[in-house]
Amino acid sequence: MNYIPNSDADRAAMLEVIGVQSVDDLFRDVPAEYRYPKLDLPAPVSEMEVLQELQALSEENIDLDHVACFLGAGAYRHFIPSVVDFVLSRSEFYTAYTPYQPEISQGTLQAAFEYQTMICELTGMDVSNASHYDGATSTAEAVIMALNVHRHRRRKVVLSPAVHPQYREVVRTYTQGMGLTIVGDDGVGNGPEDLAALCDEDTACVVVQYPDFFGRVLHPDRLRALAEDVHARGALLVVVANPIALGLLQPPGACGADIVVGEGQALGNPLSFGGPYLGFFACRQEHVRRSSGRIVGETVDAEGRRGYVLTLNTREQHIRRARATSNICTNQALNALAAAVYMSALGRQGLRRVAELCYHKAHYAAAQISALPGYSLWSQDFFHEFVVRCPKPIEEINRYLLEEWGIIGGYDLGRDYPELAGHMLVCVTEVNTRDDIDDLVEALREVAEQEGER
Amino acid sequence: MTEPLIFEISSPGRIGASLPDLDVPEAEVPAGWARDDLPLPEVAEVDVVRHFVRLSQMNYGVDVGFYPLGSCTMKYNPKINEVAARLPGFAHVHPLQAPDTVQGAMALMHELQRFLAEIGGFAAVTLQPSAGAHGELTGVLMMRKYLYDRGETQRTKILVPDSAHGTNPASTTMSGLEVIEIPSDDRGNVDLEALKAHLDDRVVGLMLTNPNTLGLFDEHLLEITRLVHEAGGLVYGDGANFNAILGICKPGEMGFDVLHYNLHKTFSTPHGGGGPGSGPVGVSEELAPYLPGPIVDQEMTDDGPRYVWRMPERSIGRVKSFWGNFGVMVRAYTYIRMLGAEGLRAVAENAVINANYLEARLKHVYPVPYSHRTCMHEFVAQGKIEGAPDVRALDISKRLIDYGFHPPTMYFPLIVREALMIEPTETESKDMLDAFVDAMLKIAEEARTDPELLHTAPHNAPVRRLDEVRAARHPVLRYRKREPRL
Repeated sequence: MNYIPNSDADRAAMLEVIGVQSVDDLFRDVPAEYRYPKLDLPAPVSEMEVLQELQALSEENIDLDHVACFLGAGAYRHFIPSVVDFVLSRSEFYTAYTPYQPEISQGTLQAAFEYQTMICELTGMDVSNASHYDGATSTAEAVIMALNVHRHRRRKVVLSPAVHPQYREVVRTYTQGMGLTIVGDDGVGNGPEDLAALCDEDTACVVVQYPDFFGRVLHPDRLRALAEDVHARGALLVVVANPIALGLLQPPGACGADIVVGEGQALGNPLSFGGPYLGFFACRQEHVRRSSGRIVGETVDAEGRRGYVLTLNTREQHIRRARATSNICTNQALNALAAAVYMSALGRQGLRRVAELCYHKAHYAAAQISALPGYSLWSQDFFHEFVVRCPKPIEEINRYLLEEWGIIGGYDLGRDYPELAGHMLVCVTEVNTRDDIDDLVEALREVAEQEGER
Repeated sequence: MTEPLIFEISSPGRIGASLPDLDVPEAEVPAGWARDDLPLPEVAEVDVVRHFVRLSQMNYGVDVGFYPLGSCTMKYNPKINEVAARLPGFAHVHPLQAPDTVQGAMALMHELQRFLAEIGGFAAVTLQPSAGAHGELTGVLMMRKYLYDRGETQRTKILVPDSAHGTNPASTTMSGLEVIEIPSDDRGNVDLEALKAHLDDRVVGLMLTNPNTLGLFDEHLLEITRLVHEAGGLVYGDGANFNAILGICKPGEMGFDVLHYNLHKTFSTPHGGGGPGSGPVGVSEELAPYLPGPIVDQEMTDDGPRYVWRMPERSIGRVKSFWGNFGVMVRAYTYIRMLGAEGLRAVAENAVINANYLEARLKHVYPVPYSHRTCMHEFVAQGKIEGAPDVRALDISKRLIDYGFHPPTMYFPLIVREALMIEPTETESKDMLDAFVDAMLKIAEEARTDPELLHTAPHNAPVRRLDEVRAARHPVLRYRKREPRL
């Protein structure tokens, strides 16, 4: 199957208009010895066959419609109202491109403007862009923006060890050519006061996560104090936030953050094995011209009616090329649309409700688990994810949970923090029922009582 | 036709979603944690649906009509792709599940890595980058690290032809390297003398878009890649124009060391209004250890193949969380499986036929600077109509909207004045191309007889021409509730 509408007769007529004998004549600039190579690909199949093949492949995966899951660590399962996929399935949205022609792209543009506004409200910030690739790249872009704010005269970045390990890796990858010093995240011990102490006259920014990778919530008063310390040294405070938690918690903008970024997947996007997701990015008004990524602005048309366009793109590649502060020429428009529809459907009450459901259920689960012999909690101050010290290796526990109970357990923190071997990061959201949680507790009790396999 | 903002149809007490009751005891929320207010809209489900459906009706997509946006490869997106990506076993899988529970997804990724390596002529592929420009950054960082590992830290320059995509210089700057622009010669190729003048031991490499943004396949490609290699540099290929050479040639065999693929262009994933995309990167054997990871590896066991994550030993690091845009990979995989080698070659051939046909029919009215050469899957015309000196590419584009077409890419590449970059893709029929030509010829006629009609276009769009200058001078980047005056 191909998707080419032209017949042989059409092609012959076209080649005649072009004035060539055959299709091959159109490729004469391609070096002859490399033309028409052998392509070792499987023979093509029909739509029916490919669907059967994909169905079979997809069924080799354990999907979360069939098991209870307590895995989070940066990707979260939440209920997605049906309206979200309904809107995304409108092909006027999903088959459009970047809205270079605003007069026929008002749908994409207005939805992005609404998304930007909702992100501002959620984070407590002045302006938002139309999204980045994901939470990790948003974090890297936030660091680069902080460097730009300081015109690259400050060469140090302070990272909290409780920022998602993959985000910290991406920050390092992005900035490897910039001659920076990145400090603060060796070991798990550094708290906000330690980070403030590391911040000096050469520091461009301090990056913390809220709630952090371990699920802990830094009290808004302590976040405010950190912001003051960081600002006193002339640096910026970057907060990586969980958008669902912001349905309940004080927004970072109200606590003095200069840039708030995070992973927006939780807002109406399926887990999809890790992508596509969207990174949200919001900052203070004064820094908007140094931020990266697409931004949609309001304007008027020739008749004075309100409309929307991409704006402030002098920061971007198509105007200044080598002097551009960012190479971004895209965003995650469709994922941002999902987030906008999700936030519209849930609204003021619904997002708060989701956050509360997550909070109460997670605390119920934590209380039950920590009452089990051999299990203990790290912290009481968490949102919907918490660290449990376990009596056995996490891999062994998780294997038991899946094989005996059909439960996908939490994240093995020893993978990123060697000193946290035997610690599991458990996530509970509104989709986990009390029965799921009680099963998990029972399964954890059982596995602790089992004779060690090793 | 305008649509109020969702905030403006908000009414206190409404909600557009239903949520379960709390089935566990409430826990106390510490004092000082909770926010006072969350000013999101309050609307019913029907309000949400009508609002966004009305917005969709103000949007032009490939499913609405012809979208000849040069360099963007706006081809038709097969519907099977959407069905495939939404299969529960793909859509509802957590990225951190144990590998044994996601072997199907990893097998698909492994196959796609292999397909792309085969199509591009490369030794290895990473699927992690999220977009073409993300792949560029990845590639440049790899080139830099590879050379620095060999002790060649004096290499700090990247050469970028003036016919390259605009993101190439920006990606170079982000990687901490210096951009040197190389001009084009009078046939639209890289100017060889200018290239040679800059090839020394300070060069990391050349970023080459081939076919370039003029729609031309460089006539000296093999010499260019040889010269760069002789100077100790590497050649990066911008694969955004890969649609033109699918199955026709393999860049990896012609001297490219690195290349990014745009799954959302060449491999038929819908562009989503500007994303998500996906920008896998293919590399030669020497660069394979530098790929960002993890990538999927295959191990043979008694029960058959088993897939595992592997971080390449000299990796530049991660460029994104998790494994990349998996949902996009499913769509690209589906497309490649349905087309096979022959189908992919037919894509390139028909894309190139369509472009040359359009060029042949339009060039008498809209000048094409390099019309003496065959173009690849796109060409650059000029919005300069004889007898209509005041009419610009912008006016022609806006008038095209009235005829029901999405305009071409305007004012790009920068090296052609009043550029209109036209890319029909293989999924348009001759009939559609003829209708487009008719509209373009009619517009040229209008430009001579009634230029005001063009200056004030579009007339039939949901809104009239928008004031972009005002948006930039007085930025309004979010809605703010207007407080009633007391």
